Amino acid sequence: MTVRALLIPALALASLLAIFGALLLGSTPMELPRVLAALAGMAEVAERTVVWQIRLPRALAAFIVGLALGGSGAALQGMLRNPLAEPGVLGVSASAALGATFALYYGFIALSAWLLPVAAVTGALLATMLIAAAAIRTSSVVTLILIGVGLSSFAGAAMSLLMNLAPNPFSLADMINWLLGSVANRSFPDIAFSAPFIAIGLCILYVARKGLTALTLGDEAAAGVGLNLRRQRLLVVTGTGLATGGAVALAGTIGFVGIVTPHIVRPLVNHDPARSLIPSALLAGLILVLADIGVRLLPTEIELKLGVVAALFGAPAFVWIAMQRRTISAD
Amino acid sequence: MHSSEQTFELTVENLCVRAGGRLLVENACLGLRRGEFTALLGPNGAGKTSLLRGILGLTADTSGAVRLQGQKLAELDPAQRARKLSYLPQRRPLAWPSPVRDVVSLGRYAWGCAPGRLDAEDARAVDSAIAACDLRGLAGRRADTLSGGELARMHCARAFATEAPLLFADEPVASLDPRHRFRIMELIRGHVLAGAGALVVLHDVSLAARFADRLIWMKDGRVVADGSRSETLSAFRLGEIYGVRGRVEGDRVDLEGPL
Repeated sequence: MTVRALLIPALALASLLAIFGALLLGSTPMELPRVLAALAGMAEVAERTVVWQIRLPRALAAFIVGLALGGSGAALQGMLRNPLAEPGVLGVSASAALGATFALYYGFIALSAWLLPVAAVTGALLATMLIAAAAIRTSSVVTLILIGVGLSSFAGAAMSLLMNLAPNPFSLADMINWLLGSVANRSFPDIAFSAPFIAIGLCILYVARKGLTALTLGDEAAAGVGLNLRRQRLLVVTGTGLATGGAVALAGTIGFVGIVTPHIVRPLVNHDPARSLIPSALLAGLILVLADIGVRLLPTEIELKLGVVAALFGAPAFVWIAMQRRTISAD
Repeated sequence: MHSSEQTFELTVENLCVRAGGRLLVENACLGLRRGEFTALLGPNGAGKTSLLRGILGLTADTSGAVRLQGQKLAELDPAQRARKLSYLPQRRPLAWPSPVRDVVSLGRYAWGCAPGRLDAEDARAVDSAIAACDLRGLAGRRADTLSGGELARMHCARAFATEAPLLFADEPVASLDPRHRFRIMELIRGHVLAGAGALVVLHDVSLAARFADRLIWMKDGRVVADGSRSETLSAFRLGEIYGVRGRVEGDRVDLEGPL
């Protein structure tokens, strides 16, 4: 009981501390009083710039992207009744990245900066709709994950096609940025363009959370206990599409956090998908902030991509969860 | 105004269910009363599950009218309907190893309840269903540690916790051992004695004959017969419905082989 009651406050506090820690740590460590002074707008210009222009937006971006991916992962797992579901594995992130690169390299963002997140969200929504439609026809996990593999491959191929055809110079490094994911050099305006989509998406998922619990019983019995299946699917598809699309527009594709965090949280909330939603989101935010601190502190010549670190830890966890998997069934 | 023996809680008129261009249920007419245990019998593919789903409003392509105390069921939203009709489907997959009490609590979903946030009324209904299904010792157990018989009881409790006037159960005793078959049938009978009506799909004719007040026989999407055991159960019926030779003496049914 107490673990469950304390879970959300503890994760929120830890996230706050981690974000604050991200302000202290970096290639040039700053002491606590100077960071506090800079935050209050009183330190030297250089220090204020480091804190306000570089470290804080970067840490916040990592946190927000984590919230979106963790929440989306928990919601998709609830809807598909499957601990392996996640925006990255299901190809939602890659489809969002395809949308984003399309907007970026065909010059649409010259029209409006909003078109970048809008394009990413569109890509993500198309993917979530396809997966939800497939999930109605088949309950097979393998089928859904293969569809995700197909979507990811297609998005990757389409991105390299764009690379060849784009009127604007499109380098391999750019594509790698989108596919590996990073929050380096993000600014507050970058965040402001993505955050509304993520916020609306997460709110929609929050509204849909009770239905996720009902889906524990399977589609048929969930409809029997009074769940409006069509509305539920629409909410989860829209919510994850908005949140994941917003996250990808901000940081590119970062995989596996959406799988790992619900898996850690679930035993602490009696395996209830509704109650795992917020803790999963917070934990994913916390993990990405910490991972990004790690990326910045690692003495590598070229800074590692955040998505690489996420995959290094997340992919083995994915394999482990897949090997543990079993279904409980009365027949 | 208290309903007489003859008043139907739910009436089905000319219900047709179609899927993929096929007519699965054709012009089904029937009524269900509270306090009556009705068994729905018929061979595989006769349309029993489709009839249940059609009544519950879970099929897309349905015509005809289902009325609950005179009101058209189609006018109710899913939660309103679920408070009146509880449904135990044939396949009962559980996605997560939830504690038994949380699964039973989902029977209160239509009342706005979520596991872990039960109001006094929800908690009373859940506890009473858990007690009725003899699950008190298992309430905190994870569902993935239960045996087949215990799982069947948990799903019964989930359906009972709704405290709906009518229960629809699709093969609740499939794949259970003989003792648990009796057990589940007794639980449903207890639920009926407590005032609910039940429509239960069964493949075991002797079990149906023993427990049900009324038998509805289906074949090829049509209701062929509807009435008490003495009215509808005969060797002829067994041949007509299942294509088997059998002997019937009272509530004893002896199947001897295919016709």
